[in-house]
Amino acid sequence: MDFSDTPTEAAFRAEARAWLEANQPTEDEFAGLGELQQAKLWQKRKFDAGWACIRWPKEYGGRGASAIEQVIWNQEEARMGTTFGVFGIGQGMAAPTMMAWATEEQKREHLPPLASGEHIWCQLFSEPAGGSDLAALRTTAVKDGDEWVINGQKIWTTGAQFSDYAILVLRTDPNVPKHKGLTYFFLDMKSPGIEVKPIKQISGDSGFNEVYFTDVRVSDAQRLGAVGQGWQVALTTLMNERAAIGGGGGGAGFRQLFDLASRVQIDDRPAIEDRSVRARLANWYVQEAGLRYTGYRSLTALSRGELPGPENSIGKYVGASKGQDMASFAMDLLAMSGAITDPEFADAAGLFQDAYMGAPGGRIAGGTDEIMLNILAERVLGLPQDVRVDKGIPFNEVPTGAS
Amino acid sequence: MNFEFSDEQNLLREQAAGFLGDNCPPSAVRAILEGDAPFDADLWKQIAELGWTATTIPEAHGGLGLSYLELCVIAEELGRAIAPVPFSSSVYLATEALLLAGSEAQKEAWLPKLAEGKAIGTFALSEGPGHPSPRSLATRSAGGGLTGSKLPVADGDVADFAVVVAGSDAGDGASLHLVALDGDGVARRTVETLDPSRSHAKIDFDGADAEPLGADGEGWGLTQRLLDRAAVLFAWEQVGGSNAALEQAKAYAMERYTFGRPIAGHQAIKHKLANIYVKNTLARSNCYYGAWALSTDAPELPVAAATARVGGIQAYYFASKENIQTHGGMGFTWEFDCQFHYRRAKLLSVNIGSEGVWQDRLIAAIEHSRAA
Repeated sequence: MDFSDTPTEAAFRAEARAWLEANQPTEDEFAGLGELQQAKLWQKRKFDAGWACIRWPKEYGGRGASAIEQVIWNQEEARMGTTFGVFGIGQGMAAPTMMAWATEEQKREHLPPLASGEHIWCQLFSEPAGGSDLAALRTTAVKDGDEWVINGQKIWTTGAQFSDYAILVLRTDPNVPKHKGLTYFFLDMKSPGIEVKPIKQISGDSGFNEVYFTDVRVSDAQRLGAVGQGWQVALTTLMNERAAIGGGGGGAGFRQLFDLASRVQIDDRPAIEDRSVRARLANWYVQEAGLRYTGYRSLTALSRGELPGPENSIGKYVGASKGQDMASFAMDLLAMSGAITDPEFADAAGLFQDAYMGAPGGRIAGGTDEIMLNILAERVLGLPQDVRVDKGIPFNEVPTGAS
Repeated sequence: MNFEFSDEQNLLREQAAGFLGDNCPPSAVRAILEGDAPFDADLWKQIAELGWTATTIPEAHGGLGLSYLELCVIAEELGRAIAPVPFSSSVYLATEALLLAGSEAQKEAWLPKLAEGKAIGTFALSEGPGHPSPRSLATRSAGGGLTGSKLPVADGDVADFAVVVAGSDAGDGASLHLVALDGDGVARRTVETLDPSRSHAKIDFDGADAEPLGADGEGWGLTQRLLDRAAVLFAWEQVGGSNAALEQAKAYAMERYTFGRPIAGHQAIKHKLANIYVKNTLARSNCYYGAWALSTDAPELPVAAATARVGGIQAYYFASKENIQTHGGMGFTWEFDCQFHYRRAKLLSVNIGSEGVWQDRLIAAIEHSRAA
């Protein structure tokens, strides 16, 4: 066991770090730009130098790098503090799906602008009636000549308001069992008939949207996979959703809570000297360390050219609840002041209050806690699937609870 | 990045698992739990023949001179098998105390015998309810004789010698002593515990012959260093046990039917088992870090050991109690083996300082590393 890079990995890390240090945007370059513009500027610079989406083949805008090189790059870029999340869905989920299912011509057309940051993509999967039970989605596509006509509603779509393209799953046949009647497409978000409405979250932010479709037309050429094969294509996307290494983290971690407990007082002593405070902090440290070293084990597998094991999928499940509980505890330590969000008075610029209000979303997005447990139980432990009363029943005969 | 055991270490794991599968099945655990024998002497003999007791002892003292990574591998398998042998007392504690603080003569006297399994050692710290401190230790040395009572001492009724922590007026308030347990002034008797698959004793010293182990007044510091090392190895036993408990729960859930299907298909059970898996995985990863810190004697060892220990305590307790719950009423019967894990989990968690002690040590170690 050791934590060092192999000589090849070390050489790659040095090359990556040197480029990053020489090319990181200056404060002057970022001045006056919004976050989206900053992200696009940085992405384009990486793309032009061959440092964007480095695992992708070169012909699609990548570098043909290995998985471990991608991880090393991610670590080095994170160290520089120049990462942006806005391209995550397009590059992390839409692109792998396109690589697996699109035509060569489509890949050459669409992947390079994804890598360069010119195009932003979103993912139109969830619906009011299709979340955890995604295959129960109801937005329809009806064939009309060489086109399909889309009607219905998607929801929880991150970044829809500024996306250029979308991947989406639609119901093309309601007369067959639910998984068999789905078809997968990609489409231009500027198509007529698309209406994007932001959703205001309990945190006050609006990170995601409702997306309405009224007679939106998409070419049959933009279908990925066969008609009725949409569920299979969607699995390609979903498998990439949680492929990121590690987990946990976030703004309000152990370090921030430890610092807080060192500066607030209980009975005239720093809270950190209180045994019950120490016990709870210790438990969170143990969780955070456990996630970190689980990530190291995955990195080792990657470094050896193996695929990481399923243990990696626990990151989001553990991290989300941990973040929620830590934020809640931090506010308790602040006592009455824990409730303050007013920037003039809030401790740590409202870090813990923000984390508290954002945490419920973390436990739901990208697979709820309960779905994550089902995945672990079924795919890792090999336990039987749930009984499905809609199995084998035509979709339009499945009880919905709606009138 | 290489955060994995070597091929040779994984081969050792397979061999250990195979050996214990054949020679330490649940029936062997039950035989000790229900019978009068304090431990499985045949198994102990075979373990010694395999060289497990000699793992980290240098070759010059009759050992194999292997790394702590090998010992971690063995610890996990012993934990998985709930092995009824005095391995942790003799190897993680007594042997390690000698390696840490023993004079050349003391090492020469005991390490070859420990390596061969011909001598069993133990570590005597506890003096009744509560976690001891230098101020609370009533056992003292005076004029070359040790006087006081230790309760309980794991394997104290079968050990040949004990490393005893005694109070001292010097230095950090404690000193370590090496005491042969068959000499004058030593009275011991077996004490029943929650886990009868491991033997425990009360030992009364009345002017017993005692050699100092390490300097007078450095005993408390040595004890903490010893406990850090032992904590990693105990944590590996706990992780081995946690995984065995999960496998037991899963096997039962797959074959037990209610409402027309295996209970493993009900979400209440699936989520329970998935949560055991999550805790076990985090605990295992923390044990990896502990193993690395122990094997390299890294300055991070106090943090790594406490992290592994807290995770191991919590994972094994959770897995062992939810294993019984998964079994329903049958899990509560004497006839079923679920009780073995429930007993061993608690024994391992109160040994060498319990959860609260290690949570506090963890935060203290983090404070210390930040101040440095």
